[in-house]
Amino acid sequence: MAHTYQAEVYVTLRPSVLDPAGTAVCANLSQMGHLGVSQVRIGKYIEVTLEAESEAEARQLLDRMCDQLLANPVIENYRFDLKPVASQHPDGVMAVGQ
Amino acid sequence: MKFGVLVFPGSNCDRDVAYVTRDLLQQPTQMIWHEDSDLGDVDVVVVPGGFSYGDYLRCGAIARCSAAMQATIAHANRGGLVLGVCNGFQILTEAGLLPGALVRNRGLHFVCDRTPLKLVRTNLPWTHNYAADGVITLPIAHGEGCYYADPDTLAALEDNNQVVLRYCGPDGTVDDAHNPNGSLHNIAGICNPSGNVLGMMPHPERAADPVLGSTDGLTLFQSVLQAAVLA
Repeated sequence: MAHTYQAEVYVTLRPSVLDPAGTAVCANLSQMGHLGVSQVRIGKYIEVTLEAESEAEARQLLDRMCDQLLANPVIENYRFDLKPVASQHPDGVMAVGQ
Repeated sequence: MKFGVLVFPGSNCDRDVAYVTRDLLQQPTQMIWHEDSDLGDVDVVVVPGGFSYGDYLRCGAIARCSAAMQATIAHANRGGLVLGVCNGFQILTEAGLLPGALVRNRGLHFVCDRTPLKLVRTNLPWTHNYAADGVITLPIAHGEGCYYADPDTLAALEDNNQVVLRYCGPDGTVDDAHNPNGSLHNIAGICNPSGNVLGMMPHPERAADPVLGSTDGLTLFQSVLQAAVLA
């Protein structure tokens, strides 16, 4: 039986890639008086809801999604957190709507 | 010679390219919608500039999955000619037809300017009508044109003479002062190892009609036409 999972995917620039936007934000934070800030790197946060037979399969699917589209391995790294979405009462919400 | 110009939602240089190939060069030119998987009998595929799919996720990331791009990849792998300009260059790197990636300009600004370019390769179908080591001036207009590749890839590009154009000063000096976007090695355009796929950030189609003040870009289209005649 398929389960629903929610993934929180973080895509970040590889350390070797310049992040001019992060550098600009870092400079601005310093100007505001946040003098302890030494570096800012800006990445992307993506929420993916998916169905899979198991957590292992969900992880496999997400790896493929990230490699194929969500991240560009030339310039970016990714990681994700995965959690099952609690299933709703099987006969509950849908039955009311119908 | 038949030209095919891909059209994505958000392309905005497609008709400029068609004006050059159809109106200025009098060549049959077909607009190819991104959902079309059949390129017909086109000899040259042009992936034009613009903001395909709104540049969502990354520039070119979604366009490269399109049916028309899958057909373009097959065309390139058969040795067919493919030119990517600006967003088209970004799409070709996302598609893996060219190495590296184009990231946010070093200075963060969208750069809209005319820039001198040094011709590094003039033995390609795209460039053989240009003077060797010559300097031309073409318009650039991009926010994500900073060429990046890891050190090994960059070294391989240089070793294989795959760099076609570099940003330079008016006298041809290639240095950091004449680098509009922070591209590694001042790279403005590269080709694949066999030279049939060219990607470039500058816009040759915007410097093709004398009315616009320069025909430095027309030479590129004339080169490829002549290459077909010679072949």
